[in-house]
Amino acid sequence: MNSEAKKTIWKNYQKEIADDNYFYLRSCVRQNFFPGAEPTFLRIMKEELQKDIYEDPGHTTCTGIGYHTDIVPFETTMTIVARQFALMTSHGYKNLVPSCITSFGLYSEVIDTWNHHPEILKRIRQNLKKATGREFEIPKNLAHSSDIIYKFRKEIAAKAKYKLINSNTGEPLKVVEHIGCHYSKMFPSKGVGGAEYPYVLVGMIESWGGELIDYPERRHCCGFGFRQYLVQANRGFTFACTKKKFESMEPYKPDMIITNCPGCPMFLDKGQYAISELEGKTYGQDGMGIPVFTFEEVAGLIMGYDPWDIGLQVHQISVEPLLNKMGINYDPEKKYLGINGKYLGKPVSPNVLKTCC
Amino acid sequence: MPKKKIAVIGGGIAGMEAAGQLAAMGLEVSLLEKGNILGGHVANWHHLFPDGKLAKEIIAQLKSGVQDKVDIHFGAEVYKLQKSNNYFTLNLTDGQNIEADAILVATGFDLFDASKKEEYGYSIYDNVLTSADLEEKFNSGKVLKTSNGAIPHKIAFIHCVGSRDEKVGNTYCSKVCCITAVKQAIEVKKIIPEVEVYCFYMDLRFFDRYFEDTYFEAQTKYGIQFIRGRLSEASEDMNGAIILKAEDTLIGKPLKLTVDMVVLMVGKVSSTGTQELSKRLSIQLDEDRFIKTLDSHTLFNFSNKEGIFVAGTCTGPKTITETIADARSAAMQAASYLRNNSFSENNSK
Amino acid sequence: MPEWGYKININNQIDLDFNDKKYLQKLIESEPSVKSCFACGTCSGVCSAGNFTQLSLRKIIALVSRSEIQDLSKELSKCMLCGKCTLVCPRGVNTRNFILSARKLLNDIEIAK
Repeated sequence: MNSEAKKTIWKNYQKEIADDNYFYLRSCVRQNFFPGAEPTFLRIMKEELQKDIYEDPGHTTCTGIGYHTDIVPFETTMTIVARQFALMTSHGYKNLVPSCITSFGLYSEVIDTWNHHPEILKRIRQNLKKATGREFEIPKNLAHSSDIIYKFRKEIAAKAKYKLINSNTGEPLKVVEHIGCHYSKMFPSKGVGGAEYPYVLVGMIESWGGELIDYPERRHCCGFGFRQYLVQANRGFTFACTKKKFESMEPYKPDMIITNCPGCPMFLDKGQYAISELEGKTYGQDGMGIPVFTFEEVAGLIMGYDPWDIGLQVHQISVEPLLNKMGINYDPEKKYLGINGKYLGKPVSPNVLKTCC
Repeated sequence: MPKKKIAVIGGGIAGMEAAGQLAAMGLEVSLLEKGNILGGHVANWHHLFPDGKLAKEIIAQLKSGVQDKVDIHFGAEVYKLQKSNNYFTLNLTDGQNIEADAILVATGFDLFDASKKEEYGYSIYDNVLTSADLEEKFNSGKVLKTSNGAIPHKIAFIHCVGSRDEKVGNTYCSKVCCITAVKQAIEVKKIIPEVEVYCFYMDLRFFDRYFEDTYFEAQTKYGIQFIRGRLSEASEDMNGAIILKAEDTLIGKPLKLTVDMVVLMVGKVSSTGTQELSKRLSIQLDEDRFIKTLDSHTLFNFSNKEGIFVAGTCTGPKTITETIADARSAAMQAASYLRNNSFSENNSK
Repeated sequence: MPEWGYKININNQIDLDFNDKKYLQKLIESEPSVKSCFACGTCSGVCSAGNFTQLSLRKIIALVSRSEIQDLSKELSKCMLCGKCTLVCPRGVNTRNFILSARKLLNDIEIAK
């Protein structure tokens, strides 16, 4: 594979990413399933990079899940999106940074709709005014939080305590990157690197010392979807997609997976449990699975933050083998201790998948 | 009475044929070629469809028509052109200036840049080639091998790369790729009899004489497999083999096939030379960026500019036979114009 | 052990890397004219049985070419050997012999089992 040739393609898909004064919007899934990820991102932004990043406590879901499952009509979704923009405008911000990839895709889609249909934009302005009395401006810059970390990846690398290398052998870790479908498949020009060879996570891996694994099913959806998995009977479809990806990446023996969408790590991580129970198959070393991370967690790890502050204890696939590989200092005893050292309880061990501790 | 002068821009087969015919008709001809050799794209080809004739024989034939009969300029591009009274003055990058009473544009085509089809991995996956790359391998006479130095067991030809595709801005059909795919598929089978060859197509366009026979031979004598389904995605496995995803539309199911080598049948696009020259001369292009002729049925050698004639693939994809016929037609029209020295739609018919 | 309520979906891709080509190779040896089929569908359009069953010779030839022969026996049994397909084929495929050979080769596989 001639990876150098990818650089020509990446040059064609450069997008403008604002460099400060961000208005942050959280992700439903990321907050709940990876509660340490967003605080880690904010910590890096504020403490390490001295950026102005603000979130209004009154912001809501973007209704992306509801919209994609046909539960929330598009008109309602657009009005709620307008309210998010109104909150941004009311605090004097112009640069929108959503934490969720689906939100990013949705905001791009809504803005694109309004660009093509000014009459719809006018109607939404009226809707919002009637419902809440608010007015809004369309964000000048829309970038996902992974775009921001991508933009400052070299600054983070300069401050980092660790690298994505195997501390025993000195070899770079083999890293699989997985991009959320709604990041660049909808609007390739709005994703760094385009849709076929997205660069946003590759750039991070390169700057942080890892080795990129390109495997045949790299572009395949993880299977999250939305509209189908709300119904239990359909989840076999979701995990068939997840399984396809794992079967494809297995021969390359990856050490870890990095994602930028909040839903994808949920299925890539917990999906390994489901696949192990349903079909008895595990991936990775010693039947322990391949650990899955979001980019904020990886950024936090290499900065030297405590893995338990980053929230890695809630991952299904145990992260300890990787932490040990990277030579990261951590206290295994503190894994299930909460604030003030209170013991939170341990999860039940799965039947097939092996977990640490 | 002094000889009438004509400048033929482009030293490919259209330019060569037109120049040769014009010289034979008694005109003073300058043939301007921006490269170092004559023959254009055909100079890179080995065996031609449908009968396997060697391209170099055609080039040799055309050369005999112009050698010592036509004033040939190499490394000569037209960077400035003026028309005053009834003649053109052309300023060339080889340092010379020439005068002509008429111009014949034969600036040809470029091949589609396959790296624009990102999902096919050209220039990224080592075993993905274009039809031009494969033809070069045939010409070199070396054994056909994969990037690992192995003899390929399976080869796939992908039709319509860069043609009939709105994503890359070329919605037209490039005409000759289907027959070229079958020609190259047969050639590969002749070199490596045990290789399995697959052709992935949307439609098969075998429009000219002997083309359908070539298809029949490909199927029956050479056992080449035809799969009706456009290649959706190519990826590379650990060994450098290429995994293909397409739909087998005749069965209605998605299909997966791993091959050792993929050949992309790249289409024809209007050459950068054509587009630059047309801009400079205010020659009208059509939406497909090829030169727009005055009438596609009867006035296909006339541009929108008086005294400027057009021939060959600069007006659209053509076979070699069609190109040579078109060049002869253009020569005749130009000579006729120069005899009358005036142009009107009535005169040209 | 939780009640999952679903199973992981099976991949329905035609996997040309996996499919065994022995049957196809034998069938082509028995009736080489089938190589020239270009899936025009004239045979299926005129097929007597095709009006009342799902039988489509065009589809059968396409499936056999990809070595997808799971339901082949059942499909072939629907053919009445009326010969209309042989009459209309523009490529001169001996469809009658193709079908008879296909059946015979499937029988041979059964007997071998």
